[in-house]
Amino acid sequence: MMRLPDFRYYAPQTLQEAANILADQGPTASLIAGGTDLLPKMKRRQQEPETLIALNNIRQLKEIGNGPGLRLGAGVTLSDIVADQRLEEDHRALWQAASQVATPQLRNTATLGGNLCVDTRCTYHDQSFEWRKAIDFCIKQDGETCWAAPTSDRCWAVSSTDSAPALIALGAEVRLVAASGERTVPLEALYRDDGALYLTRQPEEILAEVILPSNAKWRSTYWKLRRRGACDFPILSVAAALRSDAGGTVREARLVLGAISSSPVLCNDVAALLIGNRLSDDLIEEAARLAGASARPKENTDAPAYWRRRMAVPMVTWALKELRGDDMCDERRRLAGQAASMSHEPQSSQTTNEENPK
Amino acid sequence: MSKRDKFRVVGKPRARIDGLSKTTGQTRFADDITLPRMLHCKLLRSHVPHAEILDLDVSRAEAMAGVHLILTGEDFPVTYGILPVSQDERALCKNKVRFVGDPVAAVIAVDEDTAERAARSIDVRYRPLTTVSDPVKALSQDAARLHDYGEEGNIHRRLAYSFGDVDESLADSAHVFEDVFFYQGNTHLALEQHAAVAAADPEGRVTLWSSTQCPHYVHRALSKALELPTTQIRVIACPNGGGFGGKTDVFNHEIVVTKAALRCGRPVKICLTREEVFYCHRGRHPVLMKIRTGVSADGKLTGMHLQTLLDGGAYGSYGVASTFYTGALQPVTYHLPRYRFDACRVFTNKPPCGPKRGHGTPQPRFGQEIQLDKIAEKLNKDPAELRLDIVEQPDTLTANYLKIGTIGLAECIKRVVARSKWQDKHRKLPFGRGVGIACGAYLSGAGHAIYWNKMPHSGVQLKLDRSGSVTVFCGSTDIGQGSNDVLAVIVAEVLGICPDNVRTVTGDTALTPVDLGSYSSRVTLMTGNAAIQAAERARDLLAKAVAEQLEVPGETLLFADGCVFDPADPDSGVSFEQAVVAAESRFGTLGTVGSYAPPRPEARFKGGGVGPSPAYSYSAAVVDVEVDPETGMIIVNRVYIAHDIGRALNPVSVEGQVVGGVYMGLGEALMEEQVFRRMPPKLSDALVHRCPSMLDYKSLSSLDMPEVIVELVENPDPNGPFGAKEVGQGPLLPIMPAVANAVYDAVGVRIDEVPITPEKILKGLDQKARGGEGRVGPADFPDIQWPEPYFVPPPWEGGDGQSTNDPEQKRAATMHKMDRTTAS
Ligand SMILES: Cc1cc2nc3c(=O)[nH]c(=O)nc-3n(C[C@H](O)[C@H](O)[C@H](O)COP(=O)(O)OP(=O)(O)OC[C@H]3O[C@@H](n4cnc5c(N)ncnc54)[C@H](O)[C@@H]3O)c2cc1C
Ligand code: SF4
Repeated sequence: MMRLPDFRYYAPQTLQEAANILADQGPTASLIAGGTDLLPKMKRRQQEPETLIALNNIRQLKEIGNGPGLRLGAGVTLSDIVADQRLEEDHRALWQAASQVATPQLRNTATLGGNLCVDTRCTYHDQSFEWRKAIDFCIKQDGETCWAAPTSDRCWAVSSTDSAPALIALGAEVRLVAASGERTVPLEALYRDDGALYLTRQPEEILAEVILPSNAKWRSTYWKLRRRGACDFPILSVAAALRSDAGGTVREARLVLGAISSSPVLCNDVAALLIGNRLSDDLIEEAARLAGASARPKENTDAPAYWRRRMAVPMVTWALKELRGDDMCDERRRLAGQAASMSHEPQSSQTTNEENPK
Repeated sequence: MSKRDKFRVVGKPRARIDGLSKTTGQTRFADDITLPRMLHCKLLRSHVPHAEILDLDVSRAEAMAGVHLILTGEDFPVTYGILPVSQDERALCKNKVRFVGDPVAAVIAVDEDTAERAARSIDVRYRPLTTVSDPVKALSQDAARLHDYGEEGNIHRRLAYSFGDVDESLADSAHVFEDVFFYQGNTHLALEQHAAVAAADPEGRVTLWSSTQCPHYVHRALSKALELPTTQIRVIACPNGGGFGGKTDVFNHEIVVTKAALRCGRPVKICLTREEVFYCHRGRHPVLMKIRTGVSADGKLTGMHLQTLLDGGAYGSYGVASTFYTGALQPVTYHLPRYRFDACRVFTNKPPCGPKRGHGTPQPRFGQEIQLDKIAEKLNKDPAELRLDIVEQPDTLTANYLKIGTIGLAECIKRVVARSKWQDKHRKLPFGRGVGIACGAYLSGAGHAIYWNKMPHSGVQLKLDRSGSVTVFCGSTDIGQGSNDVLAVIVAEVLGICPDNVRTVTGDTALTPVDLGSYSSRVTLMTGNAAIQAAERARDLLAKAVAEQLEVPGETLLFADGCVFDPADPDSGVSFEQAVVAAESRFGTLGTVGSYAPPRPEARFKGGGVGPSPAYSYSAAVVDVEVDPETGMIIVNRVYIAHDIGRALNPVSVEGQVVGGVYMGLGEALMEEQVFRRMPPKLSDALVHRCPSMLDYKSLSSLDMPEVIVELVENPDPNGPFGAKEVGQGPLLPIMPAVANAVYDAVGVRIDEVPITPEKILKGLDQKARGGEGRVGPADFPDIQWPEPYFVPPPWEGGDGQSTNDPEQKRAATMHKMDRTTAS
């Protein structure tokens, strides 16, 4: 079995207490929420914190509260999000993103805060210590070369959070709490385009909550590309949110590409192109091409960069068409690798499988 | 119909005897074993792909608290290997490492954490050797040699056989098709990671519990590698959490913990990580192949020349057998008048390949079944019809001297064609949807053990006593396939009792008679026949005793529903328990034995031992797919599969195996690949497994499975127990080519390799849009210096199964054929 390294463990009851311990312990401490990202990384010795500060006993972090829009505690699980009807209706991109993270079992423990802070990924780095020793490590940790881009001097590990692109498209903010004070920033400001140092969070800060604006007139959507429908990290994702007027003219727009570089990519140029126009096929095509041009993946995920690059254009197209009101069920089904219902044919009497859940 | 009704247990769908303990999580696997004072073992594995070990310093590790023992290559002077011809492994490397993951030292400590820490503080100095990663480059003589045995350079083994003059046939054929295919390697991915526990007893004997499919072979290998008499060693195979061939070899960790337990005088356990399981491997060989096939104007095959190049990885393992199997079974599906087969296996610095479900046969099957699709298109024939016209006949000797008994292939094809409404779909569905058909065949047990001997392949002992209980002892191992249930069903059927009243004791070299192991789909047929013999002998004893009591002739007695009675006077019968009491009173303690050895093969040429089997199973599949031309995504809508099982002893188990085979086949077709990363050679020698984890090594989950429609074709085979043939491996074979053919039907793109991924589809479509042929696959097959082939005239050319390299005889054989053709 793969073993965890030794660590000290704190389980504070309040946010303040947690912030104090974190300030006290300094950067050798890690916060742990569901642990679904952190613990496998610790087993692979990608992270070896001396201290873990558990957030699961902090009630305050598990609350979903009202405000102008909604306030989601960082400790809310992804299953909580999937079960929440308000989110399903009013913040659909987030709901769709959360429902596509990992598997039901993992979503039961995985938290929103953990998902926003999830480590960047790379197939040269998400490996055991011994494996990484075999390639002599890399820039992200203990090494000199970036094997994904040997001529480059930075790390290109991929931002792999599903919820971040969705929440950025929805205009979310995050509240970060430290022993010395707190600050609230737009979510996109939490990320940095550097695979090794991918968050702007200070070591003593705790992500406490996500604040969603009231999005009454917005429509949003999230599309995820992955190699296998049942369980996989994103290798490209598209989150889009729009507010259109009664005549169908786009008044506000946000489009975000996920899992294509080291941070979510907010495509302001695409938004500018959409605003003031109606979503005609031509406009959608132009927007998709523009967004696709910013997709320059490296060869460091579990599917070839060629495919990820190619898929940006159709996925942006589908996202925008869906926001226009087109029925995109079939595209969604195919992207998830699910068979069309073939109910017109006789069912087998001998062996049948349950239809895959949508 | 009436024939089947004769049976009371056989053929009835039932819950397996081990069903509850499996589904409630109570089966004890090797990793569930905990013994008092048990120590834990971790292996230090090489992090370099190819190097000489200059120095190995264990002093820091040895000094750590909690460390009991450190073993290195020095402690294992003797080499071993599963095949007598490839004794090239050491439990721990001495002098040289050959791939990232090759073990160099073992630490035995109070717990896993300590063992792991200590293993990390062993200092090894290596002198790097050139990394050999590409099998084609491994053919060249100037690459650094991995082993100093084998043929030359890194060529492990080359074979060449010619069953008749194929070139002559091809020259005379209306059409000749030549294609090159590539089958990527992949691994078993059994859910259970290998684990082993060893414990010595005060008498100096040692017991090993292991997740192994082949306790008998492990027993022999341990004896050799540890230089201990077999009488000192007991191997117990725990139930396996899946095997698929991945636990058929003898593993270094098994040898290490056995030695450690003897040295420490305390039990020692090891449980491998998933990454280490990827390094154990012994999985599907990557195979590059070229197939040249002659076809007559009406679509009959006139001859085939198959060439294969296998990337073997760092050690021999079962590789020589795998090499033979890339060619041996081609002739058992369709009639092939002449056949030539050349194969070559090379060593590279990767984990060793070996047997995975289908062992060596899925790769050429993939190529041939796609080529048949191409032939059908060219000849403007329906691919199902084309196959039906060439299906081999029952009771035939093939060109390479394999004896086919029953063959239900035509029926399989007809069933899937009807069930899938093939005629309405093939070449008729809209762009983006398609269907493909393919077939396959497999052995029901290899005709020879891996070491030459004249003893039975399987033995069964039966114990009955006055309690009325029956226990079957057999060396076979339940790896999840249901072999214990097979024993129970068969004994219950013969003795007329309920299978739940039959206990099984299996896979224990101290308690059970030898069975060669759970590989080559041999278990149902061989243990089944042995069990029938033992049970019939027991029934005879009981019948004799009861007949005396009832004063009727023994032959008239019927054993059914837990009673023994004369059908003419059922009320006067006795219960089974009373029958046992009568027999025990009459004959003393009751016990019978049964054994089985396969029939003698017809092949007399050297190497003819690979391929013969008591019976061949057949399958046909139609796969219905949707291919999205925009994303390249392949969605399998449904799989229709028919399998010629001979007879289904327990139809639920059989269907489970069929669906499992389809599942594994779809994984191989669509995503699974055991691939390696070569760093830029200017910067690094490294060669690492690309994705040794269950998340990144892509395989389907149950949620990704389409509906599978299973048809069982039952045509009892005289060599099978109650007519049963194999089902564990065969149904996998047609899946990969059927997917490839369906993809072609859907979007007109030929993907002549697996896995068939979205990016390959898109590349094929792009190529087509630019006016290309729309094919993705290998361009060519390398030039290999083949040895002079063994020339074996086929049976219909006067051959007697012997090879001849005498040109006179070859000519005579050809003349003989010409005589026959002119005469007819
Ligand atoms: C098999 C598998 C599949 C997965 N698939 C996906 C997927 O498809 N999409 C996806 O997005 N993720 C996926 N994940 C990753 C992970 O499960 C999720 O991202 C999950 O939401 C992480 O949440 P957690 O609570 O478990 O985080 P943890 O593991 O507890 O924490 C993750 C990181 O965030 C930090 N952190 C946690 N909470 C806070 C906080 N409140 N403030 C500051 N820092 C914090 C931790 O220190 C740690 O560095 C997968 C993981 C596995 C094992
Ligand atoms: S992108 Fe480069 S530096 Fe970053 S993790 Fe991957 S190989 Fe390492």
